[in-house]
Amino acid sequence: MHPAFSVIFLTTLLGAGQGLFLALFTGQLYALAHLLPAQSERFYAGGSLIALALLVLGLLASFFHLGRPERAWRAASQWRTSWLSREVIVLPITMALVAAYGLAHWLGLTQPLIVVGGILPLDVTLILGLLGTIAAFALFVCTAMIYASVRFLEEWHSPLTVANFTFLGLASGFMLAAAYSAWLGNELVGFFGTWAVTATLLGLITRAASLVRNRRLKHKSNLQSAIGVRHKAIAQKAQGATGGSFNTREFFHGRGARTLSLVRGAFLVLVFPLPIVLIAVAYGIESATLPLAAFLLQYLGLLAERWYFFAEARHPQNLYYQSVA
Amino acid sequence: MTQLALVIDLNVCVGCHACVTSCKQWNTSGWAGPMADYNPYDADPTGTFFNRVQTFEVGTFPTTETVHFPKSCLHCEEPPCVPVCPTGASYKRPQDGIVLVDYDKCIGCKYCSWACPYGARELDDQQRVMKKCTLCIDRITDLSLPERERKPACVLACPTSARLFGDVHDPDSEVSVAIRERGGYQLMPEWGTKPANHYLPRQKTRIHIAPDELVRADNPLRREDLTTYTGEETIDDLAW
Repeated sequence: MHPAFSVIFLTTLLGAGQGLFLALFTGQLYALAHLLPAQSERFYAGGSLIALALLVLGLLASFFHLGRPERAWRAASQWRTSWLSREVIVLPITMALVAAYGLAHWLGLTQPLIVVGGILPLDVTLILGLLGTIAAFALFVCTAMIYASVRFLEEWHSPLTVANFTFLGLASGFMLAAAYSAWLGNELVGFFGTWAVTATLLGLITRAASLVRNRRLKHKSNLQSAIGVRHKAIAQKAQGATGGSFNTREFFHGRGARTLSLVRGAFLVLVFPLPIVLIAVAYGIESATLPLAAFLLQYLGLLAERWYFFAEARHPQNLYYQSVA
Repeated sequence: MTQLALVIDLNVCVGCHACVTSCKQWNTSGWAGPMADYNPYDADPTGTFFNRVQTFEVGTFPTTETVHFPKSCLHCEEPPCVPVCPTGASYKRPQDGIVLVDYDKCIGCKYCSWACPYGARELDDQQRVMKKCTLCIDRITDLSLPERERKPACVLACPTSARLFGDVHDPDSEVSVAIRERGGYQLMPEWGTKPANHYLPRQKTRIHIAPDELVRADNPLRREDLTTYTGEETIDDLAW
């Protein structure tokens, strides 16, 4: 498949935004259980603002993928059958909840509405955070299922795709939360960093599994079934177009095998070991900026990861374009 | 239930591209807007086509044969491109089974093209919406045309009658008979998309002659009599 930068930025920015929001709310839950020192309302509000900004940027990136962005509102109508439609619905809900969560913290709406069981003080931020958590995870599933549900793209048609999108999104979000904490100089760097490393390692397991799976993948279709001629030696002599066509552009990455393996090597280093080392060192030397470097490098790696995710997928229609394939 | 479809006879397709040009001419001139063309007379021409003819060489020299392979939307009975559409622009008409795109609703997200294993859909770079074969919907339903012209442009243009058009759900239609009697097959049946369009395979007419048929007893062209006669009565001795 052709890796479109609009979709690469969409999926990675959304992942980081959702992850950051989930990190903030995890921090709030730990503070509620007195496992972490309570943070100021401004910490949550500021973090939510960054998460919201990432989600908005992701949404903006998605418009560049559309031929007719002015009609994008129509995309919410087919939620019964289309995962893309479901994402279009869940994304604004998530954005609204993240915004409301940040605003509730900003306005200091932390007076308990009720106390559940005499121990759990339920306030507005907690309710919004819980709803936001559900929405954020639903968004991970919707975004990943857009790809995982296309059965013709056998490289994507696997639960591993959902696991990868979720873990890698969480990893970058928690890494950003660690960077945010380090920048503000509070004591949550270790907490967020540990979660970020955990998510990164989980992501490494699932991403490596999908790489292995795709290497062993045997495609269902071949040239024989594509044109219905039972012969081993079939050579394509004409593809029905003098120059290129949509079919030769949309479904091919147009790079050599060397570029592909370079990008794979790059993301395997940038996403997994490098940020883990950096965040560990940053925790050791209490650096204020090193976690930010860890996040940025991991994000760069995720761009490469997503590029490779698209380039790796071979569409069955490519069988009809042997000279390009 | 009607399911309109094309049946393409690979046995007689000569790869002349008349179906390609007539399709483009008809569909670029209609109410749905032009099909984009960029650099048509220059290097790297590109544009939107609903129908393309590809050519394959089967076998190794000298025992090769050329297969011309016209390729367009197959109007699947289980179209995988339809449910993925987020706007409902892609749909399958219940009354005749034609898979269509509403160009006014399409947002050009290309998702349907990913969900088509045949690569039958093309994004029009000018109109920025997804386009595909409509089976000349504006032509086959136009009652102002004489009935024999109510067929897709490609079918009417084909000089070898390699393209048949009709209802594949009617067992007595020309297309159903052709599929049934001449080994019509579907492309990539492994996906379960049930394409309505079928292809008729290449066929060779061969006569088989065994050596004994060339020298059989009553063959008037027989040159030699291999029987050894030892004076016994033969069929020639019978009194007529």
